[in-house]
Amino acid sequence: MNSSARLDLTFAALADPTRRAILARLATGEASVQELAEPFAMSQPAISKHLKVLERAGLISADVDAQRRPRRLEPQRLGEAVDWIERYREIFEQNYQRLDALLDALQAKPARSRKPKK
Amino acid sequence: MPKPAEVTSPSDRDVRVTRTFNAPRQLVWDAHTKPDLVRRWQGYTGWDMPVCDMDVRVGGTYRWLWKNLEDGKQFGFFGTFTVVDAPSKIAHDQYFDPGDLGTTMPTGDPCVVSLELSEQDGVTTLVCNLTFASKEARDGAVATGMTDGMEFSYTRLDELCVKEAA
Repeated sequence: MNSSARLDLTFAALADPTRRAILARLATGEASVQELAEPFAMSQPAISKHLKVLERAGLISADVDAQRRPRRLEPQRLGEAVDWIERYREIFEQNYQRLDALLDALQAKPARSRKPKK
Repeated sequence: MPKPAEVTSPSDRDVRVTRTFNAPRQLVWDAHTKPDLVRRWQGYTGWDMPVCDMDVRVGGTYRWLWKNLEDGKQFGFFGTFTVVDAPSKIAHDQYFDPGDLGTTMPTGDPCVVSLELSEQDGVTTLVCNLTFASKEARDGAVATGMTDGMEFSYTRLDELCVKEAA
């Protein structure tokens, strides 16, 4: 899967409040499906469906060895999603810092006439 | 120094960038619409901008091309202005020209770029909205092509930032 397809899965998975809440819960430590279902007014199958989406997106993983199959957060994929926005920010910011310098230079010229600018 | 650019994604096809500048709106407008000013800031560290043609009127076209100073590789953007309302609003559609960069960024459908400028007490706020043809194009633009060419310059940018911070 290429990085674009991966990001699609990640953002689709994040575009749901229940799934974000599940991630927030897992950020504090691993939990079983039953434990994850408790705080939500949802059946275990409904939660399992959400977990499958998160798993497919690589945001969480299941410990297949343990009997209660606890889910845990996979922070790397979440990092990639944050990185996506951050990349845009870096590109624009890099440009805008040059624009700052240009605007300063352009404004420095008329200031020589000592005319107060509004 | 102005606050760093703020980036949000208001929908799955949009990217919105907000930034303030310590300059009057007219000047920020000029810096976006006059080619000799545009080429002085728009680009990427380590890249020259040999082509910056802009016919700033509704229906007018523009063409930007960057050339890597080290390996001579080129890429750019081109498109047509759809809104020109000086000095507050300008919009254009934008096609990616992969040049010889060989990126995987989608090149078919344009991205609609709109820019709004407002001024208060000599400080200009710029809101730049990019609407991509699809969510895939939005993610792809930055995940692949848009950053492939810039990756080279990141180390140099880091060096610059360290210098600036010192």
